[in-house]
Amino acid sequence: MTEMATNAQTVTPSAATDAVTTKMTARDVSVFYGAKQALKSVSIDVSRENVVAFIGPSGCGKSTFLRCLNRMNDTVASARVEGEIKLDGEDIYSAQMDVVQLRARVGMVFQKPNPFPKSIYENVAYGPRIHGLAKTRADMDNIVEGSLRRAGLWEEAKDRLQESGTAMSGGQQQRLCIARAIAVDPEVILMDEPCSALDPIATAKIEELIDDLRGKYAIVIVTHNMQQAARVSQKTAFFHLGTMVEYGDTSTIFTNPTEPRTKDYITGRYG
Amino acid sequence: MSLSVIFLIILGLGAVAFFAGRARGNLFDPAVGAAAGERPHSRPVYHGWYVALAAILPALLLLTAWSFMQPRLLDAGIVASMPAADQPKTQIDRDAIIDEVKGLASGELQDAFNPASKAAVPVYEAARQRLTLGALVAAVMIGLAGAGWAYTRLRPDFRARTRVERIVMGILIAASLIAVLTTFGIVLSLLFESLRFFKTVSPIEFLFGTQWSPQTAIRADQAGSSGAFGAVPLFWGTIFIGAIIAMAVAIPFGLMSAIWLTQYAPAKLRSVLKPLLEILAGVPTVVYGFFAALTVAPALRDFAFAVGIPGASSESALAAGLVMGVMIIPFVSSMADDSMAAVPQAMRDGSLAMGATPSETIKRVLVPAALPGIVGGVLLAVSRAIGETMIVVMAAGLAANMTANPFATVTTVTTQIVTLLTGDQEFDSPKTLSAFALGLVLFVVTLILNIVALRVVKKYREAYE
Repeated sequence: MTEMATNAQTVTPSAATDAVTTKMTARDVSVFYGAKQALKSVSIDVSRENVVAFIGPSGCGKSTFLRCLNRMNDTVASARVEGEIKLDGEDIYSAQMDVVQLRARVGMVFQKPNPFPKSIYENVAYGPRIHGLAKTRADMDNIVEGSLRRAGLWEEAKDRLQESGTAMSGGQQQRLCIARAIAVDPEVILMDEPCSALDPIATAKIEELIDDLRGKYAIVIVTHNMQQAARVSQKTAFFHLGTMVEYGDTSTIFTNPTEPRTKDYITGRYG
Repeated sequence: MSLSVIFLIILGLGAVAFFAGRARGNLFDPAVGAAAGERPHSRPVYHGWYVALAAILPALLLLTAWSFMQPRLLDAGIVASMPAADQPKTQIDRDAIIDEVKGLASGELQDAFNPASKAAVPVYEAARQRLTLGALVAAVMIGLAGAGWAYTRLRPDFRARTRVERIVMGILIAASLIAVLTTFGIVLSLLFESLRFFKTVSPIEFLFGTQWSPQTAIRADQAGSSGAFGAVPLFWGTIFIGAIIAMAVAIPFGLMSAIWLTQYAPAKLRSVLKPLLEILAGVPTVVYGFFAALTVAPALRDFAFAVGIPGASSESALAAGLVMGVMIIPFVSSMADDSMAAVPQAMRDGSLAMGATPSETIKRVLVPAALPGIVGGVLLAVSRAIGETMIVVMAAGLAANMTANPFATVTTVTTQIVTLLTGDQEFDSPKTLSAFALGLVLFVVTLILNIVALRVVKKYREAYE
């Protein structure tokens, strides 16, 4: 086991000692793309109470790890995942786990807003329709309205529900994608650099939204923007070269990191 | 000496011009010496090319014009050399004599039917030699003049590179214009012949009439064939085979194979299967025709008899349509494949991350997003199917029936064109001219289909870029 991995593990217990209900646990997760190891023995806990932010330079493995949490790496043929990831104590990589149900419970928002080329209403109704969550038209209307409200998009979208989702602005599209993810009532929401394609005002709205959603959903966010990590998260993990260098309370990581590499990255020495 | 020898001589002249120009260009190099001072604008090789092109191009233009003119001059010369009494009275006689003289001169004919022809042979030979020599002298003169003029223009600051570049561009433009101009020529000839047809048969009768029986009486006393040119049964047969039966095969199979290839097939299998499917598109249509006529059609007829379907024929619309559908599968599949591959991965991920299964993702996201491309592909396939000839010539019938019974025989526009124009035909009867009118209709319809399809595909491409 490498030195960094040891470090990461020694920090993990601090998360467990907090008075929180752990939603997902990852232990010794390694990911290989063919022969190349992209992630080395990462362990982390995710809870409803704390937004977790993954920071680190490009190619450090943070997005790879995020995509392990709802098995989106399955779509990459050469990817292989080792270690253990549990959702409510159930191993998500076990043969019994249905990947379709898993993804309904662990939703995802992508880097670039990717609304379907359908109406706003149909975008939000997509998940509930697939999973049969609404029995009547009125049920579906309620789900759509509720999801758009929680994503802070209802006021802007209520008069144009039948317009194409792709006709909205970038920030609105991203909130639509969040509404779409919320609509299937997931337990965990994974966000992969959700603001990197947005302007500062749209970014501020998304960050506000993340804060509102905390407590209802366990949220994990990957970001390149360290101020954003500091603003929206309670826990931060710093990744570098496929290892998790340091994991702890956001305030500690940003003011008093134990690892010199974390400090170098946060102060802008590299990355 | 023939024009081709002159052509080689011109090329030789060009080579000499090239070396002369390059040698002159070399002198401009400050390193070599003579013209000290500024760096020359162009490298010596461009000076060489400039002089060579100045020699070759005008000479070639002259030769081309000459090769069109020479036969006419010769023909006129042959006729003029004959005594007034022997001179041909009609165009046909004239052509016959000229052919005879040429045949005798080249040694293809041993003896002539018309004695006057024999006398004209030496005249013809002399005239030909004179004209060819004239061509040689004129071409070499023009070539030398061009090269000399270009050579005197060479200076260190002469922009030979720019000029050569411009000439090359001109040649490329001319090359690309040839295809366009040929298409125009084809359209014009179709239009012209069709107009002749429409002088005898009204366009309304042709486009809306339901009787097709193109046999016309050649002599006044011939019985039976009055000729009816209502092309609706042909249009129906074409649509029935090409747009209905063939598409009923090609669309589902093409689409499903594209979906499997893009979404499910392992990369290795895909890399084998996709080229294999495209080879299917390269099979000569005549081979499909054999298959349709000799294997599929009899099997279908036997089946129809066994089940008791009335009107079954051994040349059925179904046989031609089914085989044509198989032929079209690669087109539909390849277009659908491209347009689904163009749907951003993010869209697919977005759906999968919602917990949609791969088939739900395909049905609800991928296919709708790729639909314009798929529709475009299908339109292109239809346009190909209705223009397809060999399969229907071999497997569809000749009887112009208006029937929706797929086991019965129908005929198509292309089949009729082939039938009307093969064999000995006179090119002034409505029967043969009707082939051009049919060709024109086919051309217009496929043109419209292609334009619509390309527009749809293009519009859709812009959406994601």
